[in-house]
Order: sequence, then C-alpha cells, then structure tokens
Amino acid sequence: MTLLDVQDLTITLATAEGPARAVRDLSFSLERGETLGIVGESGCGKSMTALALMSLLPERSNTEGKILLESEDLLRFSEKDLCNIRGNRMAMIFQEPMTSLNPVHTIGHQVMEPLRLHKGLDKDAAHAEALRLLDRVGIPNPKARIRNYPHQLSGGQRQRVMIALALSCGPDILIADEPTTALDVTIQDQILELIQNLVSEDGMALILISHDLGVISENTDKVLVMYGGSAVETGRTDKIFGELTHPYTLGLFAAMPKLGMGRNARLATIPGVVPDLMNLPAGCTFFDRCPLASDHCRDASPPVHVLNPDHAVACHNIDDARGKKSEELYL
Amino acid sequence: MSNSDPTSFLNRCRRSRSFLIGGVMTGFLLLCAAISLFWTPGSAYDIVIPDRFLPPSAEHWLGTDQFGRDIVSMLMTGTQNSIAVAVVAVSIGLIIGVSLGLLAAAKRGWTEEFIMRISDFSFAFPAILSAIMITAILGPGGVNSILAIGLYNIPVFARLTRGSANAIWAREFVLAARAAGKGKFRITFEHILPNVLSIIIVQATILFAIAILAEAALSYLGLGTQPPHPSWGRMLNEAQSLIFLDPWQAVFPGLAIATAVFGLNLLGDGLRDVLDPRLSRKR
Repeated sequence: MTLLDVQDLTITLATAEGPARAVRDLSFSLERGETLGIVGESGCGKSMTALALMSLLPERSNTEGKILLESEDLLRFSEKDLCNIRGNRMAMIFQEPMTSLNPVHTIGHQVMEPLRLHKGLDKDAAHAEALRLLDRVGIPNPKARIRNYPHQLSGGQRQRVMIALALSCGPDILIADEPTTALDVTIQDQILELIQNLVSEDGMALILISHDLGVISENTDKVLVMYGGSAVETGRTDKIFGELTHPYTLGLFAAMPKLGMGRNARLATIPGVVPDLMNLPAGCTFFDRCPLASDHCRDASPPVHVLNPDHAVACHNIDDARGKKSEELYL
Repeated sequence: MSNSDPTSFLNRCRRSRSFLIGGVMTGFLLLCAAISLFWTPGSAYDIVIPDRFLPPSAEHWLGTDQFGRDIVSMLMTGTQNSIAVAVVAVSIGLIIGVSLGLLAAAKRGWTEEFIMRISDFSFAFPAILSAIMITAILGPGGVNSILAIGLYNIPVFARLTRGSANAIWAREFVLAARAAGKGKFRITFEHILPNVLSIIIVQATILFAIAILAEAALSYLGLGTQPPHPSWGRMLNEAQSLIFLDPWQAVFPGLAIATAVFGLNLLGDGLRDVLDPRLSRKR
C-alpha cells in the first residue's frame, strides 16, 4: 500500500485582497523508505504543502483534493484524530531551530512530551527514552544537556533537539521544511547526514523541502520542482539531474554559484519575480519569466509530458527546452 | 545556570533598586498586618474619651483620634483589611480574567470577539464609578467592595492576557507543538500560560496597588468596610472634618495609603525588570 498519496491538492488562502491560490493541483506519492525533495524559490508553495500534509494550515484557508495516509484521507479527519497522527505517525522539523523550541521549558521536558502524549510512557521511561534520543542525534553529554534550556544550546544543537523531538515516536513520515537554511554550511552537512542516517535506519519516508538544488540532489530519491504553486518537473532525482528540462529548473541550476567562477563573475538570475498568487496568469505561471515563452504559453496551462516513466515535465515548448543547457538560456 | 552567573534570577533581583525598595516597603506592610493579628501597641477599638486628640507620644506613637483610639493600632489593623480586600479582589480578576483571555486567544473567532467586546464595554465606565454603582446596588460593606473591585479587574486581565497570548500563539514553537500532536487545551497550559505569566504577575502587582487605593476610596465614601473595623479610607474621612482641630489624624492614614501604593508600584516595576531582562535593557 502506498504510504502517502497526495491527489490534486489545492490550497486557497483567504487574504485581505481576496483568495490566493498557494498550491494548485499538486499530486505526488511516497513509499516507505523513500525520500522526496520539494524544491523551488520562496513563495512557490513548498511550506504550504508541508503544512497542508500536517493539517496545520492557517484557519482562513481552504484545502481541496486528497491526502491519503495508507488510504485514509487526512482531510476528512477530526481535529482530535489529527492530533493522534501529528507527532506520532507524521512529524515535522522546522526551518528556524532558534524559535521552534519553547524558551521556558528544558529541552528534556520538550523531548519527553510527545513520548508521554502518544506512547503513554511514564516519567522515568520517558526520561530514559529522551536520553537515548538525545544521544542518538549526537548531543554530547545528554545527561547534563537534558536539563538545559534552549537558549543554552547552539543553533545546530537546537536543530538536533528538534530532530530528536520529531523522531521520538518513530513516525512513518518525516517532513523537514528547510531544516538547514538557518545553519552554517558545515553544520548543514552534519544535520542532513544525521537526518539521512536516522531515516534509513528506521525505514521511514522523508520529505525534504529546500531551495538548494545541491541539498536536494545529494539527499533525495525523487524530486518535485514547484513554481507558482504547481509542479513543473517531477521524477527520480538521478533522471532529473541527468537531464534538467523545464526552463525554470534550468534557471534554478544556472543561478547556483559554481567553483572557479572567478571573483568578478556575475551569478545568472531568472529575470522578474514570482507571480502574484492573487492574479495568476491563465496559462503557464512561468510565462512572464521564461526565455522560451511563446504566445501559446500565455493562454493555456502547459500539458504534462512524460519523458520516461521516471521523469515528467509540464511545458508547452518541451522540444525547445530539451537538450538546452542552463547557460544557453540564462546569462 | 549557576548562582554566580551575573544574569541569574537572584542577582538580577539584587541589582534592581526598585525591586529592593518596593520589596522592603511591601514586606513592611505585610509584617504590620501579620503582627496586628495578635498584637497592637494600643487598642484600635476601645473608646477612651479622656485620651482623645493626644499628639504622638511614647504611649500613643502616632497619637489618638476623637474617641481616644490609638491611631497606630488602627492603622495596623486597617492594613489587614486593605490587604485582604486587595488579595481577594485581584484573585477574582486574575482567575476569571486570565481564563477568559486564554480562551479568547485559543478559540479566536466569535468567542474572542464576544469576550473582547464585553471587556471593551466595561472599560467604558470609569472604574471607581462602577465600583460605587455596584456597592450602591448591593449595599455597602467589605465583601461587596471586594466584589466591585474584583469585577473591575476581570477585563483588565482578560485584555492583557489575550493580547500577550495571541503574540505567543503566532510563535514558531507553538506550530512545532501542534506538529507534535498537542491539542489547543494542552498548548494553552504548557506553552502559552508559562510565557505570559511574567506579564500577568507584574500586572497583578500594579492592580494590587490600585485595589488598595480603590478600597480606601470606597471606605472614604462610606461604601467599604463598616465601623467599628478600622479602615484607612474611613480614617481619612473622619479626620477631614477635624483637620484644623487635630491635623495629625489626617496625616498618618494618608501616609499609610501612599506608602502601600508607592511600594507596590515600585515592586511591580522592579519585577518587570527582573522577570524580563530584555525590557529593562531597552529602557
């Protein structure tokens, strides 16, 4: 049975200026032990998708479609049932380790909480389990650290605590929303490796959200490239990075700094800004920024071309885009 | 964190001048009330007409009033009354107001609108005026003045709690707590309340001072504590008509009220510095 199957997920946020369609017709699936990367720039709907999976979207929002966790639709669950799923079968790591822990409780207290809540452990058992978890995520001297408050830990250590918290109940799915964006590059690598190891040891599924193509290519089995709330390119990571096809994916790739670029070299950019979610264009959302755009792109949403079973691209001008190098499109 | 740390709680207490002075003044107040429970220098109740209008002396430290009652004893006994009224009144406001504020912040929507509009409505009436109105309806007396002051405290706490709680609900660790599967009730008590507690404590201290002032005002108007129990406000009222005959009588109850209110306000100010170091650095 498919562990997680998301079908036609559409999220509409109520804002002062009117409804904003943050995510449109997004579908993907995830098996046990698989790692899915969601990549895209700020405002493309990555975090909204993550929050929708946890049913933690703001109250003034509307979610359509299906989120099937082992064939059960989470969107039909009551708040009470959702509380049993969250932290227990699905857990989440947030972007900001500095603010994701409550400053007034010790980290031990916070790691023990979900254990007592979901697993019904008593205080001593939860304490022992918390010690084991802190040790497992690489917190040195957990016996002393368990009594510390969040402000006494560094950013990297706090993110380790967040991971311990997320893993405490042995979830089936771990959602990591830009888990390393706020951290140093060296710590970033350690944290990603830690998540990777823990995920493969426990055989859980991981959804890794990032704007960093490097992070995604190294840590995932499958990729979902999002732009303007919908998927523009999906498939197996090795296939996609073997043949980047969608003009947006190519743009993301072109914008990455490369070794040996020289001191004065300018980074390539994708011209323009992300589309206004209140007034999405009728056709392709990437139309106004795309170097390959034709009149056709303005009027009709792009069809999905399946290049091979493990690689699909939503673009009108797929034949132009195929075989193009990122440097040819963006300077 | 060890005690030698300069930022530790005790050390911050020691360095805050307003906390220390306010603490000593408030402590003195509590001490007077406690001692008066089983000992006073003279009698606050016995009427000894030959001894009336005595100036301060070794026997009557602060003199006597128009009935020959010992003023220092009356003041000390009056402290009990002021503190009791303030404690109960603030507790009523604290328990009901904080619960309503937390409820409003957790439920949002109509519940929040309803609670907040009612408290806005009650703010439209001046506090003392509504207290007078309530005691006028229910009749004068200690218990009714407690109720009147307590009722006024409810919206103050409700509004403060809801405002601070809303700010905490928007914090990322609350989202993380929800992602860990905690319900709203649990989050309110584990995450929201501990984070707004310091603000509530400071507000309670300041409202305590206001409650003492309000009780004195109600007693001054004859709506609070009834004779023969001594009360600062009524002592002030009685001394007013005799101000040219015996000025001493008016000075001491006034000083007592001023000391109590000043001490509690200082304590509240100091507590804010101690409990929230970030605020004190900005000032």
